[in-house]
Amino acid sequence: MKKIVSLLVAAAMCMGLCGILGSCNNQNVIYVYNWGQYLSRGEEEGEMDILAEFEAETGIKVVYRTFDHNEGMYAQLKAGASKYDLVIPSDYMIAKMIEEDMLEKIDYENIPNYKNIMEDFKGLEYDPTGEYSVPYTWGTVGLIYNTKMVTEPVDSWEMLWNEKYDGKILMFNNPRDAFGIAEKKLGYSQNTSDETELRACAEELKKQAPLTQYVMDEIFDKMINGDAAIAPYYAGDYLTMKDENPDLAFVIPKEGTNRFVDAMCIPKGAQNKAGAEAFINFLLDPEIGLANTEYLGYSTPNQAVYELLDDEVKNDGVSYPSQEILEKCESFVNLPSDANALMQDLWIEVKGNK
Amino acid sequence: MKSKVPAYPYFGWMAVFTIIPMLFVLYFAFIGDDGQFTLDGFRRLADPYMIAIFLKSLWLALLTTIICLLIAYPMAYILSRMKLNTQRTMMLLVMLPMWMNFLLRIYAWMMLLENNGLINKLLGFIGLGPFQLIGTTGAILAGMAYNFLPFMVLPIYSVMTKIDGSLIEASQDLGCNFFGVLRRILLPLSFPGVITGITMVFVPAASTFVISQRLGGGELMIGDVIEMYFVGAEPNFNTGASISLVLMLVILIGMGIMNLFDKDEMEGMLI
Repeated sequence: MKKIVSLLVAAAMCMGLCGILGSCNNQNVIYVYNWGQYLSRGEEEGEMDILAEFEAETGIKVVYRTFDHNEGMYAQLKAGASKYDLVIPSDYMIAKMIEEDMLEKIDYENIPNYKNIMEDFKGLEYDPTGEYSVPYTWGTVGLIYNTKMVTEPVDSWEMLWNEKYDGKILMFNNPRDAFGIAEKKLGYSQNTSDETELRACAEELKKQAPLTQYVMDEIFDKMINGDAAIAPYYAGDYLTMKDENPDLAFVIPKEGTNRFVDAMCIPKGAQNKAGAEAFINFLLDPEIGLANTEYLGYSTPNQAVYELLDDEVKNDGVSYPSQEILEKCESFVNLPSDANALMQDLWIEVKGNK
Repeated sequence: MKSKVPAYPYFGWMAVFTIIPMLFVLYFAFIGDDGQFTLDGFRRLADPYMIAIFLKSLWLALLTTIICLLIAYPMAYILSRMKLNTQRTMMLLVMLPMWMNFLLRIYAWMMLLENNGLINKLLGFIGLGPFQLIGTTGAILAGMAYNFLPFMVLPIYSVMTKIDGSLIEASQDLGCNFFGVLRRILLPLSFPGVITGITMVFVPAASTFVISQRLGGGELMIGDVIEMYFVGAEPNFNTGASISLVLMLVILIGMGIMNLFDKDEMEGMLI
């Protein structure tokens, strides 16, 4: 009896092992690495579960993992311990990854829906030859504020230095975004690597440090619950917050701001490139894209999806700001590593002042 | 003869998860990105603002240890004198929060301390506040003391239970007042537990990094700086490892001094 049991156990273990090994080479799985809460997965009533739809249509299973900042994603891929077939980083990170030869060229033949992408979003500065990426979303950073707490007109980054809101000002908890705001406030480029300018920004941020709380995703809770008065964050996320707290308002400061583009890329070492391309093509489908865009609240670079949107969304100036405002926006490019290193050291100095 | 074979897996474990990582830290502390010997990491640590963060971290860890000790010591004593059943229940209550993930508990503290959080709402009912609680150094201290308290209670409690009640009664019969009992009986006999407790609280508190980020509104402790150098936009293992190494040395020296006290005290006890 004992022998039979152990034989069965051994057999079961072998099968388990085959299962594991099998899945490594399985052509019908893709590994996707995306920002948290950055794809409609049908968590709530009326939202589309895109992964399930994709599997039903193509038979390809999606293993889905999320990250919460570009740098963390980069470290994961760089370490080489995990293989992904599709990642969705932001512009400057894509430029860095192209530079370091971490991305595969995409075969656009396999993505007929690429024709839906607006011409303005092809060949942007992070991927000038347009060979490595397919835009997923874009958006701007603006000031989100609570109209019950902030009564004066808000139109400038200055508000984040206003002592009246001591302790109720939120600020990006990463050097690039935080310096980006100081750079706009002082009238520099967001892509400066000039040491004098960066040091001037650090001085500006030091003045602000005692007044602020440095946060990232916590911004949602703090703004929705009225715990904080004002925060810089993304237009798309403002729409999500506004749904839960109608007292919130959004403005793009007059000094200009950052416009980001997040795009889909295939990392080197992808096991199922064709599967990843099929998934990209699926996401660019007008109907799927619309469901996803409505869930995300971010702006879409997909012309076919844009045309399907409500006029209200197109015209309220949050997701699709006027050309005049867009001209004052800048996108991050990849900085030389000594500029990044300097910014990181200065950042510690800034936060040491808190 | 005792066989050493059962110990082998533990040696293996120690080698893989303790000694080899330590060697990595040592390697990266002295070797730069270019593979050359460098002291850049240590030089960075000598910057005034970095020293300030370093000292602040040690200071906060020390305060946390003192707060934990002040709360845990009387608590452990009272617990150890209770009925056995009550003791079990009370210990369970001390341990209970540790069954939950530490991050969840920190998020719970965030909700308590927010400007519109539970504490400010309650204070609002009696017409006080709102106070700025979150994003302050006080919030970090509260979070750390709460988080590390069980590590202080457990070792002290376990030595307290071993103190024979008749010793206390005898000293009282011989005319010792409360402080006399504390000084001559309780403190000497519970000292090893106190030392263990201090070690178990101070060491993780000095290198903590999530609590300060979440409750301190992004205030930096040295653990946060180390994290930043390893996973930031421009990873610099050299600096990160240098800081880790110095922090380990400082803690090691601190513990060495503590152990000296420990031995003295034990001898004193024998006399």
